[in-house]
Amino acid sequence: MSVFSDVPQASPVAVFKLTADFREDSHPLKVNLGVGAYRTDDSQPWVLPVVKKVERLIVEDSSLNHEYLPILGLPEFRSAASKVALGDDSPAIAENRVGGVQTLGGTGALRIGADFLWRWYNGTNKTATPVYVSAPTWENHNGVFTDAGFKDIRPYRYWDAAKRGLDLTGLLDDLENAPERSIFVLHACAHNPTGTDPSQDEWKKIAEVMKRRKLFVFFDSAYQGFASGSLERDAWAIRFFVSDGFELFVAQSFSKNFGLYNERVGNLTVVAHDSKSLACTLSQMEKIVRTCWSNPPSQGARIVSKTLNSPELFAEWKGNVKTMADRVLLMRDQLKTKLQALGTPGTWEHITQQIGMFSFTGLNPKQVEYMIKQKHVYLMASGRINMCGLTTKNIDYVAQSIHEAVTKVQ
Amino acid sequence: MNNVGQLTSVKWDEEGKTFELHLTGKIKQQLSADPTLRPEYLSSLGLTKFTQRATEVALGKRSQAILENRVLGVHTPGFTAAMRLGAELLRHWYDVNAAWCGPVYLSSPCDDSLAGIFQAAGIQDIREYYYWDDKQRDICLDKLLEDLETAPEQSVVVLAASAHCPTGADLSQNQWAVITQLILRRRLFPFLMLPAQALCYGDLERDAWPVQLCASNGIELLCAQSFSHCFGLYGEAVGHLLCVLKHNSLLLSVQSQADKIVKSLWSQPSVGGARVVATVLSNPAHLVEWQGEVKHIVERCMLIREVLRERLRLLGTPGCWDHLTQQRGLYCCMGLNGQQVEFLSKWRHVYLLPSGCLNVSAINGRNLSYVAESIHLALTTSL
Repeated sequence: MSVFSDVPQASPVAVFKLTADFREDSHPLKVNLGVGAYRTDDSQPWVLPVVKKVERLIVEDSSLNHEYLPILGLPEFRSAASKVALGDDSPAIAENRVGGVQTLGGTGALRIGADFLWRWYNGTNKTATPVYVSAPTWENHNGVFTDAGFKDIRPYRYWDAAKRGLDLTGLLDDLENAPERSIFVLHACAHNPTGTDPSQDEWKKIAEVMKRRKLFVFFDSAYQGFASGSLERDAWAIRFFVSDGFELFVAQSFSKNFGLYNERVGNLTVVAHDSKSLACTLSQMEKIVRTCWSNPPSQGARIVSKTLNSPELFAEWKGNVKTMADRVLLMRDQLKTKLQALGTPGTWEHITQQIGMFSFTGLNPKQVEYMIKQKHVYLMASGRINMCGLTTKNIDYVAQSIHEAVTKVQ
Repeated sequence: MNNVGQLTSVKWDEEGKTFELHLTGKIKQQLSADPTLRPEYLSSLGLTKFTQRATEVALGKRSQAILENRVLGVHTPGFTAAMRLGAELLRHWYDVNAAWCGPVYLSSPCDDSLAGIFQAAGIQDIREYYYWDDKQRDICLDKLLEDLETAPEQSVVVLAASAHCPTGADLSQNQWAVITQLILRRRLFPFLMLPAQALCYGDLERDAWPVQLCASNGIELLCAQSFSHCFGLYGEAVGHLLCVLKHNSLLLSVQSQADKIVKSLWSQPSVGGARVVATVLSNPAHLVEWQGEVKHIVERCMLIREVLRERLRLLGTPGCWDHLTQQRGLYCCMGLNGQQVEFLSKWRHVYLLPSGCLNVSAINGRNLSYVAESIHLALTTSL
């Protein structure tokens, strides 16, 4: 008799099922708009030229130490990563109250942060503290905080389907009514899946309520540089909150902006009130990491570290990132133009107003089903598309398919 | 006198630097120039080519369990991650109806991070079984069996298949035969560890013998593996969790749950090191070259053990040091107590593990005399 006899099958994760279905489809014009990774205009993954260069440098460096990394990770990576988020001239860094933990990608950063908060945040109330995630949000947010032990995970209003934009009133209302000291997961830029970010003024309003209600700020930053093409612009919200005096966490991922998806390069930036609190926090995080993966993998961190710490390579990297961001912006522009030219009913301004890899098209589930089954264009049931799946070769077909879906299916 | 440094983890060469296998360096160069490698997300369960090879080296290519397709292999970011995934699987899915929550038995002594890993997964009931006997400077099988005999049915027992950390003392094949019978009789669940496969005898499969013994006896088991040590891939976090199930019908369910757990811990593993290992293990020529290099490492460790033992004998250091050469692998228990360990770090700048064990490969031609003298002093100075 097996001890695993009664294990139920877990349901598959939607986005991976979509990709699996896409792979099995033999239709010549099929398009995958579900994938969460960058693709070139030839629909290929892209190794950033600066990454290729740095990889070679690393492989040829015979002086390199092959030891385990420290538990908290490669020191030069951690400091460079935090600097990229907070800015070179960040006063918080100058005041020695910023630290980083190298993690297995953005997921790892979220998990270590969540594990820490579950153990140490909010006094005796810690495990019952509500965690708020946007409606909608990246589906793994729920999983990470649940598995870290939080039982009370709630949505905060975010996407307004009717106006196809941010539901600021609803958001501010939920902030106002959240129990004090609740944890809020905020997307630093390029909100996944809607692509809709608060404006600078809107962020200021959000910060005002959060400060007053003593809410904990946990930024998820997976697209810095990738969204607008500018590192500074994409980090504006984070830097504003820091300058506004908040303590906060930032879960950073370098998967997209370095194209290092399978090397798992992440950093949990901790901004504390003072250097002593920072030191204590990092020491507890070290204990948490020790029972999770113990020592993080070095390859990806070395690539990022070398790049960020060399002015030449850093400039080259920014150029590569801009290349990716520009292609996405071009596709957004072209898709909107084509839909308008086709006279597709509805407004399509949101396609170019939204930012980052993803766009919430506004297609309903029936229309999405039509797209997949009849047109072999794969997208999420929510109507989310990955702009990187669009190329100059398939954009006409996709625009045409959307047009048909909207006009034929209600 | 210079700081002698750590005699704890990580392998060092004669220069005191971390050892990189020549072959590993070569493969890394090849892989970095390979245009077919794509920067894409892996599946949560990792690189398939790697899990297939890792599964084969643990169970043997012709394993019945593999043929019957009832083995789950998960590529993890390192050994600790494999232990953590195993602990989470047990916590959530071991006998769902009975709401199992321990106990888990760890050897005395054991790696100091193990208890924490099970606790982090939510298992608080952690107990010890007798393992290393200080006086005999060896495993005491009788006391070990006594402890396991009284373990409640369905207890999980964590056992080192080889390269026991921190003592370096491994169970013999005869001892394993007795233990597997006990496991069957008492319905215990073995969670085996292979942290440094091939570093005891230079032979991957020999170190995995206990895993194969359990599997061939129809025992369900978990096994955490690491390829960091034997490929010199320390910084690369190359781990694997093996799960041998009783029936093929359970595979998809357990796999889906492992997938779910991984997604909220690290999402997917890192690919770099696993590619190197998969490349070597899939290519007969590479395999031969790799085995040559590993044998060299193993021989060096044996030589250090012999020389250290001889030096202690010449110094007239009290105690029996036969176990130094009777045991194999990287670790060795020196039988020093807490005070003596502190003496060594404070006054001699020689750092051992708190349990009084050390990593043999950290000793080399330049520090051997100093280390031997230090151990001698620790044992002869009245503290």
